Amino acid sequence: MPDFKRPNALLDVQTHYCPGCTHGIIHRLVAEVIDDMGIEGETIGVCPVGCSVLEYNYFACDMMQASHGRSPAVATGIKRANPDKFVFTYQGDGDLAAIGTAETVHAAARGENITIIFVNNTTYGMTGGQMAPTTLPGQVTQTSPYGRNTNTDGFPVKVCEMLSTLDGVAYAERVMVADPKSVNQAKKAIRKGFEVQKNKQGFSIIEVLSTCPTNWGISPQKAIERLKSEMVPYYPLGVFKDCSVRNKE
Amino acid sequence: MEKMKVDFDRCKGCGLCVDACPKGIVKMRDEKLNKEGYITAVCVNQEDCIACALCAVMCPDCVITITK
Amino acid sequence: MDINMSERVLMKGNEALAEAAIRAGCRCYFGYPITPQTEIAAYMARRLPKINGVFLQAESEIGAINMVYGCAGSGARCMTSSSSPGISLKAEGISYLAGADLPCVIVNIQRGGPGLGTIQPSQADYWQATRAIGHGDLRIPVFAPATVQEMVDLTTKAFEVAEKYRTPVMILADGFLGQMMEPMSFSGEDKSGKREEPFAWGAFGHGNKRKKNIVNSLYLKPEALEAQIEERFKRYKQIKEKESTAVCGEQAETAEIIVVAYGCTARTAQAAVHKAQDEGLKVELFRPVTLWPFPEKQLKDACKNAKTVLVTEMSKGQMVDDVKLALECKIPVEFFGRTGGIVPEPDEILQKIKEMVVN
Repeated sequence: MPDFKRPNALLDVQTHYCPGCTHGIIHRLVAEVIDDMGIEGETIGVCPVGCSVLEYNYFACDMMQASHGRSPAVATGIKRANPDKFVFTYQGDGDLAAIGTAETVHAAARGENITIIFVNNTTYGMTGGQMAPTTLPGQVTQTSPYGRNTNTDGFPVKVCEMLSTLDGVAYAERVMVADPKSVNQAKKAIRKGFEVQKNKQGFSIIEVLSTCPTNWGISPQKAIERLKSEMVPYYPLGVFKDCSVRNKE
Repeated sequence: MEKMKVDFDRCKGCGLCVDACPKGIVKMRDEKLNKEGYITAVCVNQEDCIACALCAVMCPDCVITITK
Repeated sequence: MDINMSERVLMKGNEALAEAAIRAGCRCYFGYPITPQTEIAAYMARRLPKINGVFLQAESEIGAINMVYGCAGSGARCMTSSSSPGISLKAEGISYLAGADLPCVIVNIQRGGPGLGTIQPSQADYWQATRAIGHGDLRIPVFAPATVQEMVDLTTKAFEVAEKYRTPVMILADGFLGQMMEPMSFSGEDKSGKREEPFAWGAFGHGNKRKKNIVNSLYLKPEALEAQIEERFKRYKQIKEKESTAVCGEQAETAEIIVVAYGCTARTAQAAVHKAQDEGLKVELFRPVTLWPFPEKQLKDACKNAKTVLVTEMSKGQMVDDVKLALECKIPVEFFGRTGGIVPEPDEILQKIKEMVVN
């Protein structure tokens, strides 16, 4: 028996992601957590619109595809009808923090007992690298060709910081997938999110700083470097909210 | 037996495993492309492999299996 | 609420509809306040928690319809309701519901538009409901009640049709019907509070007992999307053949003028037709109950001996196209309507009928 292999909750198919795209790592971590908790049969995943739109082909659990940004509302509908099942959404920055801001904020405010995996790579990947709500000041994208100008384009949205002000949020952590150590930490955070859901403690969000080598126009290695040197200073890692102990009492 | 094994046809050649390997024994093999046209990763010294799986942890495509 | 099944009680249209939905087995309601339909949400908020159901006031109409998508997608019976401007917001979600073949009931208690329009009753969403409820190749059945009793009966029917053909179904009523009180009774099986198994195709967790289910409207291969749409249109064809409904007066056979009206307007039109008949005019009323599918055959039969047809609506004549299509433009079709939230008066309609007789 191999000591490290593909988790069962991740189907044995080739993904459509570009070489070096960290979506694949995050998919595997979610699948590993589902395997570790033994909840594949009780889990429903909600796909966003964006690069991970096709993830219903990759996860082994029941899956639902939502319209752009509406995953938290769709997940709410599933969860309310099936309160004992596990429901997670997997959303990118455009999906979650631009078009779906209202759905995200209100699912959080309601303390909806779901887990959101929020993949922040500072760009719209699927449509070819446009400015996202999380694009860093000065970052060049297709729609900010001279660099994001905060005078006209405003400032990036810090999702974990924003959501952690809401009482309905039980757990909010920002992690990254830049090296084996941070990947392991990311897995712990995802596990925590699902545990919070299992204990019916409320809304959990794990923001994963991720790369997009293709649209950043750099190699996967350089993309990892950029993640560490440019994204982390703006989006500090850590636990922003943890009410799991308080809520349990 | 191979401790570190890469699924040749599914590797996309991103090289993240190369940086992750503490022993420096994972290399990109550019003399042969897979059916998708990618160069692929390979462990060039199975004897030195300590089966730490750090390469597999970083693999976005889940194409590395580790057997101790 | 304790209502004897056969007992006739006085109920407001919106509340009767809500109770009918619960009795039809609807366990989950997602909505957002908007006049003149808010009584539906308020009724659901009182009633559903008592039967272990789900009431949720969403952050927006968009949120509400997507909660319906998630809930229906997990194989549960659910609904939402709104009024005209809110239905425009739901359009995206309705398209996805149709694209994923999910059954649900959507209620539109129409008010005047466009824009914020008015909170007064209207029938100006006919085009939206029957032709443009969302992007893409899709249709949804549209039921148009004319009495509080029909608010009840058609809601029951709407859930049946939604599940039978796996499609969203719309109840298209108006502020008048929603707000008015009439004696009515509930009939049929009372499924309120009964927890039924989720639909087998739903994404509710495979429990390691079956293959995984995917609820989705995305098809990257054009041939696959075309095949899915072709299959859906076969169901639409069955709906057209089996579900189109209308009510026609007894004197259609001899009538020279057929008045076509639906919903609330059919009631004032009925009063006008009775007055005209009392004056010896050969007039009869034809009332479509389903707007899509439009009761084409029934209308054609009703107009066998008619010389002209009068369509009357609370809009600028949005149903006229369907009437002309049904009659293949072989009989002249005239229109009288009021818009902006005004119900056509019987005397106004009668006068129009008389003008048509003279001409």
